[in-house]
Amino acid sequence: MKRGMAAVLVLGLGVLAGCGNAPGGTGGGDEKVVRIGLIAPLTGDVKTFGESTKNAFELALEQAGYKAGDFTIQHFIQDDRNDPTEAMNIATKLITEQKVHALVGSVSSKATISVSDVANQSRVVHITGTATNIAVTVDEKGNRKPFVFRACFTDPFQGQVAAKFALETLGARTAAVLYDKGNDYSVGLAESFRQHFEAGGGEVVAWEAYALTDTDFSAILTKVADAKPDLLYLPDYYQKVSLIGKQARAKGITATMMGGDGWDSSELDFATMAGGYFTNHYSPEDTRPEVQQFVTDYQAKYGSVPDALAVLAYDATNILLEGIRRANSNDPDQIRQAIQNLKEFKAVSGQISFDENGNPVKPAAILQVQGDKTTKFIASVNP
Amino acid sequence: MGDLLESIRNGLPLLLEQVLNGLQLGFVYALIALGYTMVYSIIKLINFAHGDIFMVGAFLGVFGFTYWHLPWPAAILVAMAGCALLGVLIERIAYRPLRAKGAPRIAALITAIGVSLFIEYFSSLKFVFGPNYRVVERPFGDFRWSLGGVGISSIQLLVIAVVLGLLLALQYVVYRTRIGKAMRAVAFDMDAARLMGIDVDKVIAYTFAIGSALAAAAGVLYALAYPQIHPFMGIMPGLKAFTAAVLGGIGNIPGAVLGALIMGQVEVMTAAYISSEFRDAIAFSLLILVLLVRPAGLLGKAGPEKV
Amino acid sequence: MAQMSRRLVAAVSVVGLYILLELLRRTGVIGAYWAQVMDLSLIITISAVGLSLIYGFAGQFSLGHAAFYGIGAYTAGLITKTLGGEIHWYVVALAAGAGAASLVAFLIGLPILRLRSDYLGIATLGFGFIVKVLLDNSDKISPTLGGARGMLGIPQMTTFPWVFWGAVLAVLLVRNLVHSSYGRACLSVREDEIAADIMGIHTTRFKTLAFVLGCGLAGLAGGLYAHLYSYLHPQSFDFLRSLDVLLIVVLGGLGSLTGTVVTAIGLVFLQEWLRGILPRDYLDWRIVIYAIILIVLMIRRPQGLMGGREWSLRILVGGDPAQIVTGKGEKGRASA
Repeated sequence: MKRGMAAVLVLGLGVLAGCGNAPGGTGGGDEKVVRIGLIAPLTGDVKTFGESTKNAFELALEQAGYKAGDFTIQHFIQDDRNDPTEAMNIATKLITEQKVHALVGSVSSKATISVSDVANQSRVVHITGTATNIAVTVDEKGNRKPFVFRACFTDPFQGQVAAKFALETLGARTAAVLYDKGNDYSVGLAESFRQHFEAGGGEVVAWEAYALTDTDFSAILTKVADAKPDLLYLPDYYQKVSLIGKQARAKGITATMMGGDGWDSSELDFATMAGGYFTNHYSPEDTRPEVQQFVTDYQAKYGSVPDALAVLAYDATNILLEGIRRANSNDPDQIRQAIQNLKEFKAVSGQISFDENGNPVKPAAILQVQGDKTTKFIASVNP
Repeated sequence: MGDLLESIRNGLPLLLEQVLNGLQLGFVYALIALGYTMVYSIIKLINFAHGDIFMVGAFLGVFGFTYWHLPWPAAILVAMAGCALLGVLIERIAYRPLRAKGAPRIAALITAIGVSLFIEYFSSLKFVFGPNYRVVERPFGDFRWSLGGVGISSIQLLVIAVVLGLLLALQYVVYRTRIGKAMRAVAFDMDAARLMGIDVDKVIAYTFAIGSALAAAAGVLYALAYPQIHPFMGIMPGLKAFTAAVLGGIGNIPGAVLGALIMGQVEVMTAAYISSEFRDAIAFSLLILVLLVRPAGLLGKAGPEKV
Repeated sequence: MAQMSRRLVAAVSVVGLYILLELLRRTGVIGAYWAQVMDLSLIITISAVGLSLIYGFAGQFSLGHAAFYGIGAYTAGLITKTLGGEIHWYVVALAAGAGAASLVAFLIGLPILRLRSDYLGIATLGFGFIVKVLLDNSDKISPTLGGARGMLGIPQMTTFPWVFWGAVLAVLLVRNLVHSSYGRACLSVREDEIAADIMGIHTTRFKTLAFVLGCGLAGLAGGLYAHLYSYLHPQSFDFLRSLDVLLIVVLGGLGSLTGTVVTAIGLVFLQEWLRGILPRDYLDWRIVIYAIILIVLMIRRPQGLMGGREWSLRILVGGDPAQIVTGKGEKGRASA
């Protein structure tokens, strides 16, 4: 029995080792090759986000025919398990062993901050789809890390748009805010929303933090139900939002729910969240060809509708590819300048230009969740 | 004075509602804690994989009533049967060889950590359960009743009823059947039990089966109460339940239930009246304090260690 | 005389190893990535040697080692971040990290070390959770600590000589302690606390001593870690990290320092090696395979890789293999 297991193990390792040499390859003739690495959580509790990211990254490369300008693309994918230490180790690995010219990823801010430091120091272009913490592109002293960019909004903008919409269009006077205090994205949106909601004359009647691992929200929702807010602001990813939304309805809370681009997923609990609003980069009904093409292609290849993480990873990859095309070079310094100088690049999440801190300037859309698994476009807000 | 009375009158229904929230959580913890405590009482193993069996149970149950269209009580039974098998299998592959070698029990604990990692990461592979956070559609309506201002929901009643039923069944098995008697004998003195002709390996296998089945039921109830499942969902409830078992006195069945109910209340009350961020910190602080006063837990027998 | 020559051989081998590794790194034979993995594995070694003293030698079951690692990391990081990245502040920071971890270990150890075996394990586990929650909320104490969003901008000061000699220092410290009368007292506590007590050994004092020193080493490792990665996040110090260290100590063989060192380094490299050999579409199998390897190793060698023995240079010099500790590690067995 035991020997059998050991044998299986050894055999398995042997097989894996055998095919292990395949990926990427080192390829001779380094002249016209650009090497790109992807870092994403492919194992662990946010594996599902990592997979969206990886799918979108691979789709973007495939659509480009693994070419950017005169350069052939070689790509490398690594798993960071959503852990800052592992993320930094593999950033070093990709930069020093695979000699990548550019890095895409990772998903969360905590994993991405370490990557951005290594990349910037090694003068390698780095673009993240989803890490919203300001410290990704700017260091502790407020200096820009010139090689680092992001494709997502920074948090203050979305929170501001949501607060304005809640006050003016929905006529909400009181709001409850529930946020994940271990997640920069969630904290950032929550704080920005509160600031602008209160500045506009609204009152935040419940301000509750939770942890990623929390699943029982009964206690804080009982409190929220007692406070009877007009609006429930839930700035987190779809899976948590669905869980909270469902428990909130079960507690008899009827307030309108509102959130950010993290809601954008086919796996959102549409039945529960119907009638809720969220700020997003784009609307799937958007008739711009970039949007339609991406949604169709993604669905054809992976059999599911892309979520916000996929959209942003796809945009991040395409921004990088466009930078390489414009520079027509694999020199990270030239690529970074080309990206910095992009003007109204037609990405899925809007027409993107970059500000001096490597953040995209693009409009936000407000969407309403419908019971039939779709979203309805309500308004567009410019920065 | 009048203000104070007024605020108590207003606060009371809210407090009672929070007590109900705590009961719901505590009763689920109790089912998980029982598995920990039963296994511990017999082979002195902290079975770190128990929380992951809970997770598998949740998946089997939810698949049962969503994809296989079973009525929900049947889905719970299917999950219990599946996990009982899984528990026995794990014991057979990972723990029994160690016992046969007379290995120190810390070796079994490390193996349990390995098994736990394996179940979590294997389950999140695409061809197994997949990494997604799945929304659970409840197979019955959500009802809410208001009793004098105190809201109570159908799911709370269901959780409490199912757990009480399973507790009675367990009580019957442990105190009224041959296998239960054998379990108690092995827990009391394994060597003596073996000398009396009890098949110790069989008793251990039964213990794992029963403990895992209870964890599976807990998993399905948890998935119904907090409607989402994913491969890493077992870690925290598993740890909390284990802590509850220690709090009540590990190896002691009423202790596990008592510990779990306290744990549920402490967590919910912290979230309700202090802050949700501190629920773990306060729960564990309480545990340490209790252990300092009663080193073997609330209902555990402390007695001097045998020489 | 023979002992003198053995010590000389040992010292020469360690210095030789250092020079060799340094050369390989300088010449680029060991690239930046593997160098970083090596640094990390040595830091984990220091922390694991600390737990080896606590659990392997003194028999005190701790499931909260990562908390002390975290206390050391945050203390050290806070010092250089506020006072500056000069070398003297770095030394102060490392000492303060180790000191803070020791101090907390002393304060928490006094009451909880009265608990026995698994109960102690659970109490330390609980303590680990409390520290994690405090780190998550540390921004309320000082915004510099960053709370759940992580602490940024710690100067990168840790280099190979620091981690290498730190690890050597940790091993020497624990080895010499174990061979002293203190160490024999600790071992007696592990083997039979009641008997040790009856023989007139002040068990509480020795348990506390081992716990404080062991946690101090975790704190030192934390300080080194903070200045290697320059970014701290509470998640890096949670309960799962405590299990990682425990796993190293047990897998190496309780009461075997060489076992601890070899396993600490081995497991870090194993995880990274798996990363390298898995094809792109099977990357998510990495931890699955790692878990299977753990289970198989543990079942095949339940006494640990070294099973309480030391792997010694005496073999090279021609003496008997060292037999310092032959205890089985723990009294209670799964079954008779």
